[in-house]
Amino acid sequence: MDKGLTNEPMLDIFIYETAQNIEQLETAILASEKANCFSPNMVNEIFRIMHTIKGSASMMMYNNLTSLSHALEDLFYFIREEKPEQMDCAILSDIVLAGVDFIKLELEKVKNRSSLDGDPSSLIEDSRSFLSSIKGQGKLSELHSAEKEAAPPQQYYLSSKLISPGAELKCYEAVIFFDDDCEMENIRAFTITHNLKNYVQEFSYTPHNIIENHDSARMIREQGFRIVLRSDKDLDGVREFFSGAMFVRSLELRELSEEELQGQLGEGQGALQQEDAVKASVLQAQEQIESGPLEIRSAHQGIISVDVVKLDKLMDLMGEMVIAEAMVTQNPELKSLKLNSFYKAARQLQKITSEMQDMVMSIRMVPLSATFHKMQRIVRDMGRKLSKDVELTLIGANTEVDKNIIEHISDPLMHLVRNAIDHGIEAAKERSESGKPLIGQITLEAQTAGSDVLITVRDDGKGLNKEAILRKAMKNGLLNNPEKEMADREIYNLIFLPGFSTKENVTEFSGRGVGMDVVTKNLEAVGGSVTIDSEEGAGTLITLKIPLTLAIIDGMNIRVGKAKYTIPTTSIKETFRVRENDLFNDLDGNELIMVRGQCYPILRIHEIFAVKTETTKLTKGIMLMIEHDGRSLCIFADELLGQHQVVVKALPSYMKSIRRVEGLAGCALLGDGTISLILNISELVKV
Amino acid sequence: MEQTELLNQEEQSEDTLKGKYLIFSMGKELLGIEIRYITEIIGIQPITEVPEMPEYVIGITNLRGKIIPVMDARLRFKKEVREYDGRTCIIVLNTNDITIGLIVDSVSEVISIADEDIAPPTDINKGGHKYIKGIGKAGGSVKLLLDCQRLLTDEEGVMAPSLLN
Repeated sequence: MDKGLTNEPMLDIFIYETAQNIEQLETAILASEKANCFSPNMVNEIFRIMHTIKGSASMMMYNNLTSLSHALEDLFYFIREEKPEQMDCAILSDIVLAGVDFIKLELEKVKNRSSLDGDPSSLIEDSRSFLSSIKGQGKLSELHSAEKEAAPPQQYYLSSKLISPGAELKCYEAVIFFDDDCEMENIRAFTITHNLKNYVQEFSYTPHNIIENHDSARMIREQGFRIVLRSDKDLDGVREFFSGAMFVRSLELRELSEEELQGQLGEGQGALQQEDAVKASVLQAQEQIESGPLEIRSAHQGIISVDVVKLDKLMDLMGEMVIAEAMVTQNPELKSLKLNSFYKAARQLQKITSEMQDMVMSIRMVPLSATFHKMQRIVRDMGRKLSKDVELTLIGANTEVDKNIIEHISDPLMHLVRNAIDHGIEAAKERSESGKPLIGQITLEAQTAGSDVLITVRDDGKGLNKEAILRKAMKNGLLNNPEKEMADREIYNLIFLPGFSTKENVTEFSGRGVGMDVVTKNLEAVGGSVTIDSEEGAGTLITLKIPLTLAIIDGMNIRVGKAKYTIPTTSIKETFRVRENDLFNDLDGNELIMVRGQCYPILRIHEIFAVKTETTKLTKGIMLMIEHDGRSLCIFADELLGQHQVVVKALPSYMKSIRRVEGLAGCALLGDGTISLILNISELVKV
Repeated sequence: MEQTELLNQEEQSEDTLKGKYLIFSMGKELLGIEIRYITEIIGIQPITEVPEMPEYVIGITNLRGKIIPVMDARLRFKKEVREYDGRTCIIVLNTNDITIGLIVDSVSEVISIADEDIAPPTDINKGGHKYIKGIGKAGGSVKLLLDCQRLLTDEEGVMAPSLLN
């Protein structure tokens, strides 16, 4: 038990880091696949990630993760060193993504504190056979026997390149003896190899394990340090380089012919022991990581992960602080006093608190990019399985949304994208017949609009078939209105009903009739909405409208009787006093008001919420015209109290369990410590 | 009683709160609430009405940044209302993760009432008496001990709004 406890922080870090790495890895692979080549930068990046995962997994003793990431690391090590030209990127991506999935699955197990029982051997097999195929060895058995000790095939890959003929590079062999009393010959040798790296194209040396093996110092002393190198420099140039090295007593340098080179290498490889190879190559790897792409590392700098609970707490505290500040600076006891310096200080305090509030809010904002990039993977996988060519375009992935909201829209987006590919985008044949480009387009776009974020999923597929939807809805008894009376939008919205799916065949991805109703449900949970537009044959456009944040809104406070209400400023069109002759009643006795030739219904807050107030005459109070979803109405209140940023809080759960109050979105703490109720405009306009 | 206390020594921490009641007054009556349900006692403070709630849920209040519902004990037990004064208190109760304020006329003291001094309530289904868990005798007077769970989760809370409309 004790052990479990002490492991906990490390486990958390492991989970967090690995999850992040996996995400980066996925992005890198998908990007590479799209470009149909693995650029050296990407290969480095992937190698780095695999190496990190391997390291942390072995630290946590997750052997299956270690061996898998090790196999993948080997693969990319080879690719990085050898840069094989004939390499099937698609297969490579498949292998790595399969590995990524495996690691994800195991990571879930780690999170649930269950044992990691996944068997990666088939994945490792895949990776190895791919490795051997690009190595050109082809024979799997050979590879296996060579790797029985679980030693990776990280050897001196340059060897094969050295053999490759046709290059204009010359080969040299250098044997170096160091000064007798210089000591630490192995370190000197290492310095030389290190410098050599920047100077010549390829090289190999014996003894190999110069750093780890202390005997190597003795070997160098006795036999000399032997380097086989290949360079475009001439003999003198190379000699110059070596003579510049420190403590060199003698140098034998000669040019090698191809045959000699073969012999040299054969000898070199024979002497090379597996164990040494691991060390030497790991050493190399480490070094290259260190000197590796700096910009990648700097991108991760300065980011820490914080528990969301702490952020919520911080948010609460911030809210309290704003209130406390108002209590101090607007204290009624100060009113009669003349306190110049106090007010100066108070203004300073006000400024700082409001800045702090903005900052706390911004901490909670997360860009949508992570969620969007997940979709890349879905599009790729589904496109492959359904053999549809689909391209996903992401626009506005940097749009920021409150952390809580992100969690709620990830699933709906996934469903929408899946549906777009499965139901929307046609097969290639069908597309060419209707004269569309062969590659299907799905566009995922995010943008902010006022206090909302609009996320659209657009495809250029076959669009929605109204008749089919209606038929299906009829069959499942989902149709309430006569179909002739239904607007296109209403018909399309039928697909969001539970138990609706027009797809005849249930596929792996969609068609079971669950999914679209998940979209609406999840969005409603965060106060968002879905609209759908479609043109048959041309595609479908689904728009998700979600509030930017649940935590804070810009609100207009109004007073009705003793009660205070808050209306989101974004939905207020105007406020005005009423003139008697603009008012009239319709036949049902509903009150209406004429504003610039337009009629609007009037909603008296004191009536719908049964609040006692003395202001019941419409001309005495104030009118607020609000608009939502194209519908407008006028709200009647006693007076305006002013516009403030308010911290939105949910009504206590005890009250919610009693009943859901129509027209209330929650409550807000005001500066003076009192509470106002936030009106839910979308519900009010429906009244 | 002493023997049982010794037997339950392992549960000492829970036992320190057990058998102790906060006594508050409502008109002439004295009522008691087990102190383990009580978080704190605060003075009366501004309360915001929430529409469409049962009559006894008089609104919400701001408890240091936390918004809690407030219930008036007099209304809950269907007594006539009276003006809040300097002695009026809000007892903040917490059961099953629900926090709620209960407005009472005044609080008096915390006393221990032994289990054998608690008699079962007489007519259990009659009006406000269904929130009475027992009748405790201590200090020469009778205290009505409230059933906190029932006070908060009673189904009447769900029924009431439909009666209001």
